[in-house]
Parts: sequence; C-alpha cells; structure tokens
Amino acid sequence: MKPARFDYARPETLDAALAALAEHGPEAAVLAGGQSLMPMLNLRMARPGLLLDINRIPGLDGISLEAGLLVIGARARHADVLASPLVRQAAPMLTEALHHVAHPAIRNRGTIGGSISLADPAAEMPACMVALGATLVAASARGERRIAAEAFFRGVYATALEPDELLLRAEIPAIASGWTHGFSEVSRRHGDYAMAGLALALRREGARVTKARIALCGIEPAPRRQHAAEAALVESGAEAACVALSAPDAMEGAEVTAAHRLHLARVLLRRALAN
Amino acid sequence: MDHPDEPTAEIALTLNGEPIRARVPLRQNLVDWLRHGQGLTGSHVGCEHGVCGACHVQVDGRVVRGCLMLAVQADGARVETIEGATETGRIRALQDAFFNRAALQCGFCTPGMLLQAAELLATNPAPTRTEIREALSGNYCRCTGYHAIVDAVEAAAAVLRA
Repeated sequence: MKPARFDYARPETLDAALAALAEHGPEAAVLAGGQSLMPMLNLRMARPGLLLDINRIPGLDGISLEAGLLVIGARARHADVLASPLVRQAAPMLTEALHHVAHPAIRNRGTIGGSISLADPAAEMPACMVALGATLVAASARGERRIAAEAFFRGVYATALEPDELLLRAEIPAIASGWTHGFSEVSRRHGDYAMAGLALALRREGARVTKARIALCGIEPAPRRQHAAEAALVESGAEAACVALSAPDAMEGAEVTAAHRLHLARVLLRRALAN
Repeated sequence: MDHPDEPTAEIALTLNGEPIRARVPLRQNLVDWLRHGQGLTGSHVGCEHGVCGACHVQVDGRVVRGCLMLAVQADGARVETIEGATETGRIRALQDAFFNRAALQCGFCTPGMLLQAAELLATNPAPTRTEIREALSGNYCRCTGYHAIVDAVEAAAAVLRA
C-alpha cells in the first residue's frame, strides 16, 4: 500500500509545467489535489514515471464572474467552489452537486479540474459541466485549446485531453433569467460514489417547462446530454421525460445493475420535476 | 523506503507550531512521515486510500487526509497533528465531550473524528445532527455505531456556544 518510486517535479510556472508535459506527457501524471491519484498510487494501480505537482503554479485556482461568464480555475479546491457566493449565484447546480462530492477533508484538497480531467463516470462535476454547457480550456506547449464539455468526456477515465495538455479552467455561462438548477443523487452513504446522479437545468414559463438540459452521472461511462428526455419534457411533461431517459451503455455492476441505475435516474428526475 | 538509493527531498515546514527541516523519501505519505519520521503516532493509518479518515491532519488550516498527500508536498506548509491540537487546547471541549459521552471504544478513529468535528464547529457553531453526520461522513468508526459521537459533537457545540 505504498506508492512505487517516481520522479517528482514541482514547477513554479505554467510554462515550465507545459514544457515538462511536452517532454514526459505519456509517462507523467499531474498531481493537483491528489484525492484520486494518491489512492491509485498507493494501490499501485497507477505507476507514473513522473509526478508533476502543479500546486505551486500561480493563477490556476481563481473563481470569477464577469459579463455573464463564470470562470473556475482548474485547481480551485472543491471546498472553495462550494463556498463561493459567485458560484452559488451563477451556477447553483455546482453548489448543490458539491455537497455530494466525497467528504469535507477530500473537498479541502480535491480540485474541480482534477475531477474533470479524471472523468470518473460516477463523478458529479463532469455531468454538471455537460448540463451547464461549459467550455473546458486546456493548454500545452503548442498553445491553448477550447473544448465543449459535451465533446470532452469520452468514456471511463477517458477525455479529449492529449497527454501533453493541462486543463486550465472551466468557463460556464451564468444561469439566465427564468432558469433553475438542480442536482440530486443516490449513493449508499453520503459522499460515496453515485449509483445515479442527475444534473438538471430548466427554464419555466409559469408551470410549463420551455427548455431543459439534463445530464446523468454514475450510469454510463461518460456523461452526455439526454436530448430525447429534454424534448419529451418540453413537449409532453414529466412522465414522458422520465420514460425518455435512456442509458444504452449503462454500466453493469455486481451490486448495482444497469437497469437499476436507470431506474434510480428516473426516480431522481420524477422527484426533481415534482418540486 | 530506507534504501540508500531511495530518492529524497529536503522539506521545511511548521509542525505543531515549531519550524522543522527534514529529508523525506519522495514517495512517502505525509502521515507515514509524521509517524515514522517524527514519532507523532496520534495520526493513524487505516485504509491508505482516503476512505477511513483515521489519518486526518490539518495542513494550512484545513483538515486533509494524511495518506493522500505526500510529505514532500508539506514543504512550506503549516501542519498540525492531533498532538498539536491537543497541546494548544483548541479541541479541549470536543475531547471532554467524547470522554464524557463514551464516544470512543478502541480510539483508532478518534483523532480524525476530533479534527474533522473541530473544523465543523469552527464554521458552524450550532450544527444539526444531520450536519454533524454529513461532516463526519468521511470518518469510519467500527466500534461505536456513531450515535455517541454525534451526541458528543452536539454537546461540545453547546459548551462552546455557552
């Protein structure tokens, strides 16, 4: 239960980090909060040649809201994003979701960019990024690249990031007038991995939903927009939306079956729409 | 990790209020260094993958998992262990309440529980029982069934408010 040997680098600038990734990308692992990477190192499920600690690089952990755009630095700690009044104002879905992200001590250290870059299918942040229509900005020695969240998540621990790229920030359109956000999930114990999670953004006129954005976590290998359920919700209402939720690639598990995960997602959506 | 060719690094930090310099193996976890390098055995090693919370220590004013941070990352930081927190008296009300309510049996989880509960009470002086349970959701106790622990935190909060 101790990590295998690795080289360790702690660059003081972004340029130095990107240069290291350009040289060592495939055998390097980026250490930000380390709340997923360190367990993998301890269990020797991960044995990177180089551990690239980005905790000394200035400017990667800011949270700002300007001209309707919420910008969260990749190294912003979960606890800071959870406590941020700007986040609560511009993306209340994130505030709600972060209550479900692990436990206080993990949130004190874990980062939003780490959660996004790791792309654990049970994680809350990737589903939120998809539902919020975030743009994820990555950098390499070759320059910056902007990736829509919907195109970023490719599968279990698989993203659009290249081995030499580092996630810099998430850019999230602030919640617009008439919209509401929600996040809910089912897990065995508070803070444990989601058996099913629901990220939901709705625009209502009176009691009627006129626009919807829905993404799930803990169900399929990667989060995606539930376009059929969104359309059904607008056209036919809550029950039709629940029926239209789909998970053709739902993960099977010894404890939680694929069918049960989808069932739980439908329960979450039904409850959310009843509120 | 005692091999002569084990890669190491020099660190300088404040540990329980005292400045300290040390040479640590690059791959050594913070909690292992505290226990084996510094003899501070109040932080316990349970699961070694961030699940149980027995290894909690405070780094720069925040409770973290000592098994999910490298000792080399504590360079420049302010680290406080259960020994330091006890010495300053800042968790005394919680310790008294744990004792009075018998909120421990074997005591293995207790240091981690105390540090996490102290962080909760620092930001939320009057937590509900649900909030206490959520704050301690990342701390395993295999003896008590948790009720006495929640009682103790509630009681300590009341003492601190008085």
